Amino acid sequence: MLDFVQQLVSGIALGCVYGLIALGFVLIYKATEVVNFAQGDLMMLGGFFAFTFIGMLGLNYWLGFAGAVAAMALFGMLAERVVVRPILGYPQFSIIMATIGLGYFLRSVVGMIWGTDDFKIETPFSDGVLRIGSLVLAYDKLSVIAATIILCALLYLFFNRTTLGTAMRASSENMLAAYYMGIPVKRVVSIVWAIAAAVATAAGVLLAPITFIHSNVGLVLGLKAFPAAVLGGFGSIPGAVVGGVLIGVIESMAGFYLPQGWKDVAPYIVLLVVLLLKPEGLFGVHMRKKV
Amino acid sequence: MRFLFKTDYEDDIKLVPHSGYIVSYGILLAFLLIAPFVLSSYLVSQLVFVCIYATVGVGLMILTGFTGQASLGHAAFLAIGAYTAAYLQQFNVPFPVYFLAGGLLTGVVGALVGFPALRLTGIYLVIATISFAFIVEEILARWETVTHGNEGMRVKTLSLFGQAVPQNGPTFYYLCLAILILTIVGTLNLLRSPTGRAFVAIRDSETAARSMGVNVSLYKVKSFAISAAITGLAGVLFAHKLSFISPEMFTLQLSIEFIIVILIGGTFSLHGAVLGAIFLVMIDPFLTYLKDDLPGIIAGIAATFGADSITAGKIHGNVAAIASANGLKGAIYGVIIVLFVLFEPLGLYGRWLKIKLFFQLFPLYKRATFKRQKIYVKSERNR
Repeated sequence: MLDFVQQLVSGIALGCVYGLIALGFVLIYKATEVVNFAQGDLMMLGGFFAFTFIGMLGLNYWLGFAGAVAAMALFGMLAERVVVRPILGYPQFSIIMATIGLGYFLRSVVGMIWGTDDFKIETPFSDGVLRIGSLVLAYDKLSVIAATIILCALLYLFFNRTTLGTAMRASSENMLAAYYMGIPVKRVVSIVWAIAAAVATAAGVLLAPITFIHSNVGLVLGLKAFPAAVLGGFGSIPGAVVGGVLIGVIESMAGFYLPQGWKDVAPYIVLLVVLLLKPEGLFGVHMRKKV
Repeated sequence: MRFLFKTDYEDDIKLVPHSGYIVSYGILLAFLLIAPFVLSSYLVSQLVFVCIYATVGVGLMILTGFTGQASLGHAAFLAIGAYTAAYLQQFNVPFPVYFLAGGLLTGVVGALVGFPALRLTGIYLVIATISFAFIVEEILARWETVTHGNEGMRVKTLSLFGQAVPQNGPTFYYLCLAILILTIVGTLNLLRSPTGRAFVAIRDSETAARSMGVNVSLYKVKSFAISAAITGLAGVLFAHKLSFISPEMFTLQLSIEFIIVILIGGTFSLHGAVLGAIFLVMIDPFLTYLKDDLPGIIAGIAATFGADSITAGKIHGNVAAIASANGLKGAIYGVIIVLFVLFEPLGLYGRWLKIKLFFQLFPLYKRATFKRQKIYVKSERNR
């Protein structure tokens, strides 16, 4: 029983990281119907920025964190301006390929600048543990869970309660109509990319104590975050986090109870089954077809 | 320039629209046939890779280019073909049999993947095919009685009609070339048949195709099966060329490389598959060239512009360091993909068409002919 709870908690913590990356996918998808395959790599780059600020320049953790988030928000806008804006509105396949290219580029350049070793960021949560009875919970895992809940709540409120959030949803439904209604679609898209990159950075920094950051971490985790986003239904913010947690728990349970090898495949098997039974995901909205 | 007057449907679907095609492709074929006698063995070996990648490219082109179903799982189909060949070879099955068996088995698996994929479009399909590829990769690594797991499998030298065909010799090159040409001609014929027309109809508008009486699900599954089967055939050749296969060769990276082949070549043409394959295979020799010669060239240019010997030496060192950095290939891939998507969505073949048109219309050519139009997207969610 204790093992089970322990696995559950570490699964949830891991799942929250997937959920945070999935949040980035969902944000961009919700606002522009673009799927950003480079989301994991944005997270990795954010982690490296934070490592540079905290580990190499010796800034305070929170200051470094904020710096990395700000820098990545700018980078997100830049990436949107250079790579995505010229092909906004073209078939999804083009945009998927462009973001795959962007991801390739980021991975290689980070590998060339910072090297391909593993890096670690010291955080205030690094060492402590919380003991409840005989259950041992590490602070760094709890911090990930807490941060995910806060970010998710903030983004949910943002999308459903603010004018900008409504503008984003409108521009994803029908870009031209949104444009006619006076929504600055281009600026909206760039803000979305900035937010997505910032969320990715938060994920990267929170992740750093759990898995070390290296240039390929974005690819590995990004590919796990896809099932998370799909499971929750692309376009649903709570869905992304729930999907992420499910994937994390499935992975950690499969690693513990099933023979070796199942751990890496189990999320994808679950994903395929969900896609077969409910292609719009668990929280997806089924839209009516209009001709 | 030549004007083609098409007066009926038969004219529109001719395999050879005019005699110029026979002349130009005949010359190309002659060059390819004498290649092993002229080129170095290294280049011939690269040509074999071009043939294999182009075959996969043709397979993927049927699915992605002509039916509009994106797939990032084609490395798995290649792996199934390769492993079928390696497994059957242990029982002294002759080459033609396991070659066809590889294609057939992969085709069946492709159809099985096609069925669940029917309900999925766009991004969901991409993710489903990625998941499929991961699962296949894991099965190859774990099913040790058949695949020898991560140790990999050795593939014996190909023997055809009792003759050994070493994977570096010219005969193997001719074999690969023959299979590529057969695949291309077969695909061209497929595309002018009702099946191929149905594929294109589905790509252009699923709703329109359905209302014209096309059985969309049937043709989607067919497209998956045919595409997978061709990839499986290429997989058999791939296994022979490398003479050793292991699960970590068939990763997502390879699937992305196949997508690069069709994207850079040109997504809606078979020429594109071949041009893309040439591009992908030649990037490695090009990088070697960069490493060896580029620093000297740039330092030389700097010297002619008045840099002293110390600065020139520094430039040489820096350029050499960048050119031999580990990730350079990935960075170049990344930049190239982005540039092609942004500026040349029709790929190398599209560029060739533009150049051809420029010379055909010479004084009258207008740049705006190929200008991209602004598109405003409506939600795909309620498609």
